[in-house]
Amino acid sequence: MIPIRNNMNLRQIFSVIVKITWARKTILFIQGFMLTLLLMIAVSQEATAQQQRFPMPEFDTGYTIPDTTTPEPRSESMEYVDLSVLLAVLALTTWLVLKKRSRNWIFWLVVFSLIYFGFYRNGCICPIGAVQNLALSLFSDTYAISLTVLAFFAIPLLLALFAGRIFCAAACPLGAIQDLVIVKPIKLSPWLQKTLGLFPFIYLGFAILYAATGTDFIICRYDPFVGIFRLGAEFHMIILGISFLLIGMFVARPYCRFVCPYGALLNIGSRFSKYHLSITPSECINCKLCKDSCPFDAIDYPTEEKDVRVTKEDNRRFIWIAILLPLLIFIGGLTISGSYKLLSRAHPDVHLASLLVANPELMQETGNLDIDTFMASGKTVDMLVAEATVIQKKFRTGGWYLGGFIGLVIGLTLLNQMVFRKRSIYEANRGDCYSCGRCMDYCPVGKPDHPYHKGS
Amino acid sequence: MKKTHNRREFIRSCSRYSLGIALAGVTGYALKDATALQWVWQVDPFKCTYCGRCATHCVLNPSAVKCVHAYALCGYCDLCGGYLKPGHIDRDTAAENQLCPTAAIERKFIEEPYYEYRINEDLCIGCAKCVEGCSAFGNGSLHLQIRHNLCVNCNECAIARVCPSDAIKRVPAYDPYLVKGSFSDDTNT
Repeated sequence: MIPIRNNMNLRQIFSVIVKITWARKTILFIQGFMLTLLLMIAVSQEATAQQQRFPMPEFDTGYTIPDTTTPEPRSESMEYVDLSVLLAVLALTTWLVLKKRSRNWIFWLVVFSLIYFGFYRNGCICPIGAVQNLALSLFSDTYAISLTVLAFFAIPLLLALFAGRIFCAAACPLGAIQDLVIVKPIKLSPWLQKTLGLFPFIYLGFAILYAATGTDFIICRYDPFVGIFRLGAEFHMIILGISFLLIGMFVARPYCRFVCPYGALLNIGSRFSKYHLSITPSECINCKLCKDSCPFDAIDYPTEEKDVRVTKEDNRRFIWIAILLPLLIFIGGLTISGSYKLLSRAHPDVHLASLLVANPELMQETGNLDIDTFMASGKTVDMLVAEATVIQKKFRTGGWYLGGFIGLVIGLTLLNQMVFRKRSIYEANRGDCYSCGRCMDYCPVGKPDHPYHKGS
Repeated sequence: MKKTHNRREFIRSCSRYSLGIALAGVTGYALKDATALQWVWQVDPFKCTYCGRCATHCVLNPSAVKCVHAYALCGYCDLCGGYLKPGHIDRDTAAENQLCPTAAIERKFIEEPYYEYRINEDLCIGCAKCVEGCSAFGNGSLHLQIRHNLCVNCNECAIARVCPSDAIKRVPAYDPYLVKGSFSDDTNT
C-alpha cells in the first residue's frame, strides 16, 4: 500500500511522508494512523529501544489509566489443606478398616471423598496423575515437582506397605464414584481377570515413558471421570466416563481393576503390607458367607483337596518360564524400542519434523497451522530435526526399559500362576483387595445377633 | 507348617523393606530438586502467535484464556486494529465493523481523538482475533492471559499440548501473570 521498506534511509522515508501528507485531504484517516507509524519507524531507526508504535497519549480530561486486572489463583495454602484432608481421610480409613471394622463409616468417607476430591477439587490434585509429575521431574531439567504433589504421590504408597490399599478404599475420588454405582457385580473368570490385570502395569509404563520424555500426560488426558467431576469435557471423554460407570454397575470398579496405573503400584505395595484388612475379627469358621460379598473377586478361597497337586509337570513349567523370563524381557525391550518412531510421533516436535522430512512440499503450502507457525518462527528444518532426533533417542532408550518391564510383568504373572499355595480359610487377596470392608459385614464371627447363629 | 509360615513372613517383610527403601529412594531423589512453589499455567504474550487454539482447546467452555488489555501500552487510537475489522464501513460500534466475534471489546470515548478499549471477560472467548489485529497494526497492548479465577489448573494444560509456538508454560503461583509491560521479556532482544 505504501512504498516503505525497512532498508530505506531516512530521506526516502520522509519523502514518502511528504507525499502522504499531501494526499491527506483525500484520505483523512490515514493521517493519524500511518503518519505516526512512519514517524515511529524513523525514530526507531535512530536507535531507540522503545517498541511502541503509538505513544501513550497525554490526556487533558484527567483520565487515569486503568490497571490490568489479575485475579489471583487459588491460594497456595489451600494445597496444604488438601494434603491435610488426604492425611485425615487416610488415617480415619486405616482405623475404620483395621480396628473399628465398619463398612458403614467407610461408605460415608467414600461419599465425602467423592464430594471433596471429586466435585469440589475437580479430581485434581490426585496421586494417580502425580506419577507423571514425578517422572517428568526426574528426567527434565526445567520442571521441578511441587512438594505437595510429591507428598500426594508417596503417602498412599507408604501406607500401602503398612495397611494395604487404604487409599483405594475411601480417599480416591475415581474409586469413590465407581464404588457408589455398583449394582449387581458379576464374577469374572480368573484368567480374564489376570489378563486384564496386566494392563495397569503396561499403562503405567507408557505413562512414565510419555511423561519422562515431556510428550504428554496420558493418565490425565484419558482420565474418564475428570470430565464428570468438572461437569464438562470433550464429548468423547464424557462418553468414556459414562461407559465406565455403566460397565461399573456390573463389573465393579472397572477402572481401578483394569486400568488404573497407580493401582498397579499400590497392588505391589499392598501384597507385602504389614497389616491388612481381615475378613474375620478372629478365627475363620469357614461359613462361606463372605464368598459372594466381594464385588471385585478379591477373596481367595480355601484350596480344595482335589486341587492339592504339586506335580512334575508344574515344576517343569515353572523352570521353563523362569528360564524364558530374560528372553521375555529382551523381546519386550526389542519390540518397544524398535517401535520408537511410531511411539515418539505423539511428541508434537517429532510429529512436525517427520511430517516435513517426509513431505518437503508442505513447507511451501499454507493452511496447516503448525507448519505455518514453525516456518514463521525463523527456525530451520534442520534445527527441528535435530531436536526431534534427541527426543527419538530418548524413546529408543526408554523403550528398552519399558519393554523390559512389560516382559518382566508378564513373566512374573505367569510364574505366579504356577506356584501352588495351600489355603485353609477365606482371606482377602492383598494385592487386589481395596479394603472397602464389604466382607466384614458378612462375617458372623463375633456377632451374636447375626442370622447365621440363629439358623444353626 | 510353622516353619513355612515363618519363611513366608520373612520373605514378605524383606520385600516390604526393599519396596520401602525403593520408594524412599525415588522420593528422596525427587526431593532433591523439589520445590515448595506451586505451578500454574500462563501464556507468554511474546511467544504467542494468536493462532486461536486457546479458544477451542481449553477443557473449559468458554476457555479460561481471555484477552487482557495492558492499558499502559495502548495508544488509545480511534482507528484501532484490534477493535475494527479490516475493511470496516464506519469507525463505530456497529457489529459489522467489529473484529471481535462476540463483541467483547467495549469502546469508550475519552477525549478527542482518544478511545478506551475494555474487555468484557464474560463475553471474551480467547480467540485472539483482536490480539492479532492489535499486534499487526497497533502496539500489541491486547494480549492473551490465562485467567486464574477460571482456570482449573489441569496437571497438563490441554492448550499447552497443541500450542504451535510453545507459548504456554508453568509459572510460579505467587506471580501468576505475564501481563505485557509489567515484566521484561528475555526472549526478544
